[in-house]
Amino acid sequence: MRIMAGWEHFSHGSDIGVRGFGHTIEEAFEQTALALTGVVADISRIGQREKIEVHCEAPDLELLLMSWLNAIIYEMAVRTMLFGEFHVVVSGCSLMGTLLGEEVDPERHHVAVEAKGATLTALKVVHNQDGQWVAQCVVDV
Amino acid sequence: MNRQSLTRRSDFEWVIEASGCMRVPGIIYAGEKLIDEMDEKVCEQLTNVASLPGICRAAYAMPDAHWGYGFPIGGVAAFDPDEGGVISAGGVGFDISCGVRTLHTGLIADQVESRKGEIADSLFKNVPAGVGSRGAIHLNEQEMDEMLLGGGRWAVARGYGRPEDLEYIEEGGCALGAKPEFVSHEAKKRQADEMGTLGSGNHYLEVQRVAEIFDTATAAAFGLRLNDIVVSIHCGSRGLGHQVGTDYLKAMVIEGHRPIPDRELACAPIRSQLGQNYLGAMRAATNCALANRQIITHLVRGAFAEVEPGAKLSLLYDVSHNTCKIERHAINGTTRELFVHRKGATRSLGAGHMDLPLSLRGAGQPVLIGGTMGTESYVLVGTGESEELAFSSACHGAGRSMSRTAASKKWQGRKLIDELREEGVLIRTRSYRGVAEEAPGAYKDVNAVARAAEEAKLARRVVRLVPLICVKG
Repeated sequence: MRIMAGWEHFSHGSDIGVRGFGHTIEEAFEQTALALTGVVADISRIGQREKIEVHCEAPDLELLLMSWLNAIIYEMAVRTMLFGEFHVVVSGCSLMGTLLGEEVDPERHHVAVEAKGATLTALKVVHNQDGQWVAQCVVDV
Repeated sequence: MNRQSLTRRSDFEWVIEASGCMRVPGIIYAGEKLIDEMDEKVCEQLTNVASLPGICRAAYAMPDAHWGYGFPIGGVAAFDPDEGGVISAGGVGFDISCGVRTLHTGLIADQVESRKGEIADSLFKNVPAGVGSRGAIHLNEQEMDEMLLGGGRWAVARGYGRPEDLEYIEEGGCALGAKPEFVSHEAKKRQADEMGTLGSGNHYLEVQRVAEIFDTATAAAFGLRLNDIVVSIHCGSRGLGHQVGTDYLKAMVIEGHRPIPDRELACAPIRSQLGQNYLGAMRAATNCALANRQIITHLVRGAFAEVEPGAKLSLLYDVSHNTCKIERHAINGTTRELFVHRKGATRSLGAGHMDLPLSLRGAGQPVLIGGTMGTESYVLVGTGESEELAFSSACHGAGRSMSRTAASKKWQGRKLIDELREEGVLIRTRSYRGVAEEAPGAYKDVNAVARAAEEAKLARRVVRLVPLICVKG
């Protein structure tokens, strides 16, 4: 059976958790990035006008997820952009990512809150027995 | 929180007895209701903090404590470098030196009531807030380093504020020992256009009225009378602080102290290269926060000048609540130099403390407690007892009782703004969803938090403030 890709938010006392899942680790990382964007704005309203490439490395997959999300947060901040589509290639503990998005328009994008950083809290990258990859952590906002 | 794991020492003091890997006990200051509502994670995180090397006396949680990042938010812990003590990026937080500044306007409620709309519009126009907002000041590399060394002093020298402002900011508006060279290029780039911006989330700029006085003498010493109008600014070190937190959290988890009970407690010995690099970067980020609040103060003065030129806008005080400071405290009868982490906790110096400006030394330090846009905020005063209780610390705000996800499902921003207007509170924002996530009902009762801080003798209530105008990101 094909494992569906998807994302969701989960509760944290003061901030918010982001979780992505998919058939591959790449899908799970892409979905977690969508969950991150969903914290900041309404994803369905973000156009894909510009393409940004990022590269991340870390000693393990969990820190790679944290680095990936922090790379997106950094690009959002310095470019004042929002990203609504992500493509990832994971090789060992390094990652090549493509972010597609456009300049932030607070009203059109229904923005909610800035993301300050991805944290070590509830940080997990798991390959379940049923073959599903799950990637998650809490984001400080 | 399950009370069975706690020993009750008084109505407002609960102890997690030292056991297992714990080097010291954990102590929580809160009343019964706040303890019952407190996240179980606070107990777990306090236990972990109490097991870190070099920790002194106890790991403390303030009445507004909740689940944080390794350390609980509302957590206080002091470490002795002579005993192998550590410094933790999670123990300071991502928004380094986030804090509250309160300004006297010199106006009273009757003078402001009919002009509220104009004042709100002027503040909203002059102070950039929210996702993607940019300030009017762009710093080049050299200016950035000067700002990171000088903090509030740099801002005043550049014309953002008045020299007398500095006396009412912790450490005179400048954290010494800042090392801009240990702040990454990415952190500086993230800040280049963010000076003088408020941010989003729980950050705010409020015009408030003194609605109740608890301690007349101290209120008078603070220059506060019933129906006085004040302005409070809650924000931090913006993108630079967030990136410093991100950079060093990763560095500490990869190269930091081992073993640790939880990866989230990533830390480094104070006397290590990584620890010293982080301290230098953290102090630079502290200066960024102090400069940011100073620039916003300048913008607030400009906003009032357009509609209410008689407003005085002098500082009552400026406190940071995500910090690590070197302080001298008595441990077993000996005065030691300790590194005191306060994550979501405010310093609370009692009367006579030499770090206070002369005009406040007789009364004690103003402890500024942020509430929500629809409820109350408080000004408390530090107590002498707080030194012995929690290294002179008190709470910092209400703390959330409901997640952002749940709040945005329960409330609608537009409707909430209308309801608050009916209650006399004007909201200015670009984000209805942000307002819904920050709904007053999503926070704990700040009255209970302030009362618990007083009854635990961490700080004493001076005045209660109610919002008239709130600018949200």
